[in-house]
Amino acid sequence: MTKLARDLLFPLIAVIAAFIVGAILILVVGDNPIDAYRLLLGSALSWPDGIGYTLFHATPLIFTGLAVLVGFRCGLFNIGAEGQLYIAAFATAWVGIKFANLTPWLLIPFCSLAAILIGAFWGAIPGVLKAKFGSHEVINTIMLNFIALALVSYFTQYHYKVPGDPILQTSPIGQGAHIPHLGKFIPGFPERIPLNVAFILALLCCLLVYLFLWRTKWGYEIRATGSNPFAAEYGGISIRKQIILAMAVSGALAGMVGINEVLGHRHLYYDGFSDNYGYTGIAVALLGRNHPVGVILAALLFAALQHGGIYVDGFSQNVTKDIVQVLQGVIILFVAAEAFFKWLLRRRTSSERLRA
Amino acid sequence: MLELRQITKRFGDVLANDHVDIVVKPGTIHAIVGENGAGKSTAMRIAYGFYTADSGEIVVDGKVREIKSPHDAIALGIGMVHQHFMLVETMTVAENIVLGAEPGTNLALDLKSAAAQIRQLSEEFKLAVNPNEPIEHLSVGQQQRVELLKALYRHARLLILDEPTAVLTPLEVEEFFVILRRMREQGKTVIIITHKLSEVLAISDEVTVMRDGKVVGRVQTKDTNAAELARLMVGREVLLRVEKSDPKVGKAQLEVKNLSVTDRLGAKRVNEVSFDVCSGEIVGIAGVEGNGQTELIEALAGLVEPARITGVMNFEGHDLKMLGARNRRELGIAHIPEDRHRRGLLLDFTLAENSILGVHYRPPIAALAGEVFIDENAVQRRAAEIIQNFDVRPPNAALPARALSGGNQQKLIIGREYRVDPKLLLVSQPTRGVDIGAIEFIHRQLVGLRDNGCAILLVSAELEEVTSLSDRLLIIHDGRIAGEVDPKVATLEEIGLLMTRGH
Amino acid sequence: MQDFLIFLPIVIASTIRLATPLVLAALGGLFSERSGVINIALEGKMLAGAFTAAAVTYAADKRLGLGTASPWVGLLAGMLAGLLIAAIYAVSCIKFKADQVVSGAAINILMIGMPGFLSGAFFLSSGSTPQIPKDHLLPQSPIVIAIAIGVLVAVIWYVLYNTPFGLRLRSVGENPEAADAAGVSVSKIRYSGVLIAGVLAGIGGAYLSIGQSSLFTRNMTAGRGFIALAALIFGKWRPVPTLLACLLFGFTEAVSNYMQGVVKLPSGEDIPVQFIQMVPYVLTIVVLAGFIGSSRPPRALGIPYEKEK
Repeated sequence: MTKLARDLLFPLIAVIAAFIVGAILILVVGDNPIDAYRLLLGSALSWPDGIGYTLFHATPLIFTGLAVLVGFRCGLFNIGAEGQLYIAAFATAWVGIKFANLTPWLLIPFCSLAAILIGAFWGAIPGVLKAKFGSHEVINTIMLNFIALALVSYFTQYHYKVPGDPILQTSPIGQGAHIPHLGKFIPGFPERIPLNVAFILALLCCLLVYLFLWRTKWGYEIRATGSNPFAAEYGGISIRKQIILAMAVSGALAGMVGINEVLGHRHLYYDGFSDNYGYTGIAVALLGRNHPVGVILAALLFAALQHGGIYVDGFSQNVTKDIVQVLQGVIILFVAAEAFFKWLLRRRTSSERLRA
Repeated sequence: MLELRQITKRFGDVLANDHVDIVVKPGTIHAIVGENGAGKSTAMRIAYGFYTADSGEIVVDGKVREIKSPHDAIALGIGMVHQHFMLVETMTVAENIVLGAEPGTNLALDLKSAAAQIRQLSEEFKLAVNPNEPIEHLSVGQQQRVELLKALYRHARLLILDEPTAVLTPLEVEEFFVILRRMREQGKTVIIITHKLSEVLAISDEVTVMRDGKVVGRVQTKDTNAAELARLMVGREVLLRVEKSDPKVGKAQLEVKNLSVTDRLGAKRVNEVSFDVCSGEIVGIAGVEGNGQTELIEALAGLVEPARITGVMNFEGHDLKMLGARNRRELGIAHIPEDRHRRGLLLDFTLAENSILGVHYRPPIAALAGEVFIDENAVQRRAAEIIQNFDVRPPNAALPARALSGGNQQKLIIGREYRVDPKLLLVSQPTRGVDIGAIEFIHRQLVGLRDNGCAILLVSAELEEVTSLSDRLLIIHDGRIAGEVDPKVATLEEIGLLMTRGH
Repeated sequence: MQDFLIFLPIVIASTIRLATPLVLAALGGLFSERSGVINIALEGKMLAGAFTAAAVTYAADKRLGLGTASPWVGLLAGMLAGLLIAAIYAVSCIKFKADQVVSGAAINILMIGMPGFLSGAFFLSSGSTPQIPKDHLLPQSPIVIAIAIGVLVAVIWYVLYNTPFGLRLRSVGENPEAADAAGVSVSKIRYSGVLIAGVLAGIGGAYLSIGQSSLFTRNMTAGRGFIALAALIFGKWRPVPTLLACLLFGFTEAVSNYMQGVVKLPSGEDIPVQFIQMVPYVLTIVVLAGFIGSSRPPRALGIPYEKEK
């Protein structure tokens, strides 16, 4: 089996297997799986809403998928994208509120920079903790998620809320910080669909991450550390530096979700906006085999499901949009337990041999 | 008591045991000797159920048995003390001894009666330890006693001891032998794996000699001597003598004075070592593995934290201690590590990517956009050059390093390190797990590099290799230089005895 | 200050109430992690327990008319749900040597969706179960609960340190190779550890839905599985310190609930609850970095055991 075939085959098997498990569950609750799946996937292909919203939902998932990917490539498990994107989104809004009167030419870069830098900062913390004290990044990123959530919720509630507003959200950012919806540029594509320039940025980031990891010396060092830290050390690479760098880059990528959310969509910080983007990023990266192209494909799949979930909720008898989350969990489980399929395959072949 | 019949075991492409036959008579002390990698431990781990053999059978007390796990072996009365102790450091002596064979009921662990029983056994075999002491507070010698008690507690009738004296001081070795003799008197059978010939002669009744996964000799201890055993043990059948001219020795490149290296637990692995390596010569370090060679080379290569090193390492007037691995490479120090999978290669990376490890960050490799981007053409050129000059097969730079055989992986590493035109080359076990053809090639390359004026420090557990390649030969034992010999006149037996006995 | 004294008994009672699910989940996690299997899936197992317990209690009450027996049926169901999820996790991590963190994350995501999916179908709701009558819930008296928790911790302590199983469990988490060499089956012990974790976390979840409240609501654990994990680390993987850590975290939650709207800063503002909520997480990071004593995980934690390497 060539490498490309294997890279495509196992994710595909995992997805199909998950859909089979999902179908069984749908049958159990007394509904027709084919109808449910038609709603779930079919709606994503309609023009312009289906495609527009799928791409819109894919935007944050591409960012978080890339974030998890960069960590993985350095041998690190960044479960902290959720916290990183929250704190970065708040920082984005903060700059947009504080400097609301700046010209767009300055304000948009400033806000974006805030998203990137604060995300990188929050991501670098577990990196530093691992490099300096050897404490496990998985636990620390989980803990930092909750800390980030509490922090931004505090600032929103006590300092940046419009007085009297019952919703936990900040006051709006300056007009100059708005980035345009793509409908502005594409004829026939309505501007009401929130798909915005951040999607282009996400695609650009895929390219940049690819170039960074596979074409620069820094990427080489990060990947070498992830592949074999002892050999990396032997090659004169400082493992500690790579850990911190990879976590910072990872955090920066997660932070860019703030650009899509705050500058491109809501134009304010809304507490609790993330639909588990950070955690879904894990699924996206794993299913995408930790490759930027794979991340795009996996993000599109999950985004389509997310969009289709609304239709399932509306038009299906017994199936709710929660099926999306269930499918996602089962997909990761299958991707993680790749050995399971190899085991099935082996059993098949050995029992066939017995019969022959 | 125990018989291995035609045992074969393969790890990947390495044949660790090749139709091994070993017969151990009850009530004897049986030594299994051989160089590192000869397959001694593998055979014994199969007997203990830690590994399962690919083919062959195990006979215990005259019956063919299936030993699938240590659990089965224990039930048959087999106990094993591994080279790296199998103890849970945070638990006490008593807890470790009873683990898996606990006294009392399922609901109540009776450590009191266990402690009493342990005391009794300690008394009987003169193995004094405090049952309530945590393992992490014990010396290595005491831990070994715990391992022995563990086996005795399970009523082992056959004890397999893997390199039991490697961790003991000479005085402790004496005491240890007294214990072994006492066990034999009590009717136990003992198998001792070792490569220290003096000990074999002192303690065993019978000897099985292994080499390259095969049994190459079975002798009664009283009928043999160290010279014969050494010859059986180290004789490598098809190793070609290396053609080389007299060295043109230049100035001293590397100066090491009173160098000591401690491990993470604070034990001294290299102890006050001093030597020079001059340009144009190969200085060999011979010794049984685990006597400080690894630590010495890693300390010189910059892979040991400075806090664990004392003494002086100077290279061309630079104090190496202050420099990291990268800076040392920049000075012209190259390193062929002993374990190519752990240190030398990024197994998932392509040959091309592996060919730039260590120089990946500077021109001509990182040459584009302010030395940030890697110039793919330069990488491909470098890889193609190494693959061609060092005959790496298959010659496909896009393959992952994992896909190559051991010999070709080694050629890739050597090619990479040669490519930087080193002034000093640190080489460890350059031909381990490498086929004969590649060995000859690698040896010629080393001599060629020496003739071009490079200083080479060579560590090898292969006696014949290190004597035929070296211009000067140091023998290391227990972290110290035990002696220096002229490899042109010294005999294998002479060197072998020096490295197994110390003095 | 006087305010505070009046409220002290309330705060204590509420500490016990809030700590209970944490204690159960954390002690479950202890079994899993001491055997060497990381358990970031506690959250998912709690959700499984909480939802199943509430759904089954409701069904037992309304459909089968079991009355006051129904919460106990529900509790049993919650345990089984935790067990089932743990079994999936165990097979994937132990048999198929999947990455433990990845599988754990998968379980968590799966269990965010599953209750909603099932309740949507069976109760035609968006993620919650119907109300259960107040008198058909698990006992809530802080004294009863405190005694139950005390007994549980004592039993777990005893099992861990005074039975052959406990000895084997600890040895497998520290040095599986040594345990194997001593004739202990590493995978059997790990299966047991992970399954016990599932049962205990299931009970913890059940207590949330049919003890502390009277129905399951969407994502009702709200990160308690992770706080339990934090408590386990803060308690250095030992039963009694872990209990104390859970009580501490329960106390911070109780205080923050009580302070909301009651105690004010001199400036007349509320004390932000967010800072109190952060306490467990910050403490965990600090402890892991070795600032307060050292918290050393079981040595083999997270590493699948492979025999012939």
